[in-house]
Amino acid sequence: MSMGPAFRIDDPAKAPMTDVTQPTGAARPRRKPRRPAEPAKRVQFDRPLLPWLFLLPQLAVIFVFFYWPSAQAITSSFYLEDPFGFGASFVGLDNYRDALGSAEYRRIAGFTTLFTALVTALSLGLGLLFAVKADKVIRGRSTYRTALISVYAVAPPVAGLMGMMLFDQHIGPFVTLAAQFGWNMQVGINYWDTAFAMILVSVWKQVPYNFIFFLSGLQGIPASVREAAVIDCKNGFTRFRTAILPLLAPTAFFLLIINITYALFDTFAVIDVMVKDKPANNPITLVYKVYNDGFRGNDIGGSAAQSVILMVVVLGLTLVQFRWLERRVHYG
Amino acid sequence: MKTTFAMAAALSLAAQAALADATPITWWHGMGGANEQVINQIAEKFNAAQQSCAITPVSKGTYEEALASGIAAFRSGEQPNVIQIFDAGAATIINAKGATIAAEDILTQNGHSFDRDAFIPGVRWFYADASGKFIGMPFNSSAPIMYVNDEALAKAGVTAPKTWAEFEEVAPKLKEAGYIPLTASQLTWMFFENFFSRNNVQMATNANGYDSFDGTELRATAPEMIAFWTRVKDWHDKGWLGFYGAGWSDNQKPFEEGKVAFWIGSSGSFGGLSKTATMPFSADFMPYDETVADGNKSSFIGGAALFAFSGKPEAENKCTADFFSFLTSTEIQAFYHQATGYVAITTAAYEKSKADGWYDQHPQAEVGIKQLMLPQGEWSKGYRLGFYPQIRVIEEREFNKLFSGETTVEDAFKAIETEGNELLARFAKTSG
Repeated sequence: MSMGPAFRIDDPAKAPMTDVTQPTGAARPRRKPRRPAEPAKRVQFDRPLLPWLFLLPQLAVIFVFFYWPSAQAITSSFYLEDPFGFGASFVGLDNYRDALGSAEYRRIAGFTTLFTALVTALSLGLGLLFAVKADKVIRGRSTYRTALISVYAVAPPVAGLMGMMLFDQHIGPFVTLAAQFGWNMQVGINYWDTAFAMILVSVWKQVPYNFIFFLSGLQGIPASVREAAVIDCKNGFTRFRTAILPLLAPTAFFLLIINITYALFDTFAVIDVMVKDKPANNPITLVYKVYNDGFRGNDIGGSAAQSVILMVVVLGLTLVQFRWLERRVHYG
Repeated sequence: MKTTFAMAAALSLAAQAALADATPITWWHGMGGANEQVINQIAEKFNAAQQSCAITPVSKGTYEEALASGIAAFRSGEQPNVIQIFDAGAATIINAKGATIAAEDILTQNGHSFDRDAFIPGVRWFYADASGKFIGMPFNSSAPIMYVNDEALAKAGVTAPKTWAEFEEVAPKLKEAGYIPLTASQLTWMFFENFFSRNNVQMATNANGYDSFDGTELRATAPEMIAFWTRVKDWHDKGWLGFYGAGWSDNQKPFEEGKVAFWIGSSGSFGGLSKTATMPFSADFMPYDETVADGNKSSFIGGAALFAFSGKPEAENKCTADFFSFLTSTEIQAFYHQATGYVAITTAAYEKSKADGWYDQHPQAEVGIKQLMLPQGEWSKGYRLGFYPQIRVIEEREFNKLFSGETTVEDAFKAIETEGNELLARFAKTSG
């Protein structure tokens, strides 16, 4: 009984919609067979040096902004250096030993893992949920989408500032709301209250990004596949799990990497603004610790060692993702 | 209308022409808001007072950011002529011999006289080397003082305490009258560093770090400190001390709103507080610990000093010296003191403000300077500890833990001492 109308509304309404307003969705399956012809477009260079010349600007940018600073960080991490650069003494692996041996560093690493896992899972989950729901909306769809996407335009420090106001101990509306439920929320004093606020703001900031990608991913799924799925399976959730989700896998995999990187690095501004420049006993991530030791404390060697550790972690994480996860992703 | 505009244009052109001949120097600082406006006014006054030099002040954000940008600039050879460095960063810049020209040297080399005795006792040592030579030029100096909510005291029928024991007597009455008896904005500066100076307790070995960086150890677990903080924790548990985290303004706000009886703030807070407080307020010394023998001494000078970076042309150094000399002039000192609430650093400026009748109108403005003019104990001259900004971060962390019940007083101060000493040892290695 309930399946009947859902079936009818879903189908005839969707099909013309995708055809008229989304020509790309319809065009894509038709373009596919043509792919094998593409190699013919490959450019042949007469001189072997010419391609390198074209590559040079890009390589120069990567070298200047990535390899060179990375090499410098690795070098600095083996030295104990005077902040003003008057002298540096070689200390071998001491900086690494100091960082990894410190209980405080391990505590921050633990929080960073938890924070990254929660922020990634929540922003991917919510992004997907909103995308699926927005994909189904027919009336006023552009309004809903714009409303959901607009948050992405907020810069991280501004997001942090908004979070700071919402969770302010004296005037924060969220704190007043929490008090209604008997929760004496103390952001800036209680470790987990602060963590809650940080995660909430970081997720809020990232959901629109995931939403955009999931939505376009959903719209790329051909209407014929959806229709075939509807015939095969009545249960909406199973249909989503067995037909839609595998087709979204390439998007989800890309977003997973992006979101982990976001949680590890880009949340810095949110955290910095929310702890008001005073880490104290507030939860912070490893990147904030690098900043705090290097730029606030002027301990260049120590913070360089920490950033090398972080670099290795991210490298390892990305390798694992590409080796193990990507195998299970099917690019249609 | 047109003529006024033309005249203004001509005047500004003339001013620019005058500036074009002047040697330009830059001044990086870490001030914002009202205090930044006053810095700009001082720069304008200097540029108007003479033609050969033109100073440009640039705000680099906070104190910490000013220090970090100064270091980064020095390493790439782009350093400004003058930089403002805060109290906790003093060891970092003073230790970097060759990065700066001592304030005393740059003045005397450029034909200015310099008299250490012209400065009030409290500011003479903090930015000086072990022999007493001024490395930095004290600029905005402050002291942690106690602001008093007059309404609260009248309602509870009590007077402001001189000692912490007196505070313990009045606190229950204030609480009964519906007030939070006490808040403090920066416990690291007020209840840690200045506990040592105010009560004349040694803060670190090697004469508070002045003698040498090697083997200098923090005395965070000094019995006096543990005893005091056991009381502080007890105040918090009884609801006598409101703690709103490590942020400055979170702890100032309830006082401004009239909910708090006593607030430990900076003497430099006076200017801002006059505008924001919703009730009449007065000020007094930060109470001292009556259980420590030989207490009630002057506090450490807080705030910041100006340093002259090295590696600049002679002509620019001459301008820097002229500017330092200009800054210590009685008129400018009195202006700065009255406009911001920062302490007047020369006796002459203090006398002038008195003669101006400034303290008759604003008795609160005199409290900081009076506290700094209290007799100096052996341990209230200053401290010279490397990586101290990071040690403050550890203190803040442990204080937060203490008030949220995650640690005990003994464990908190043991952690500060152990981790602090590790940082001091690291600093000794970088300077070795």
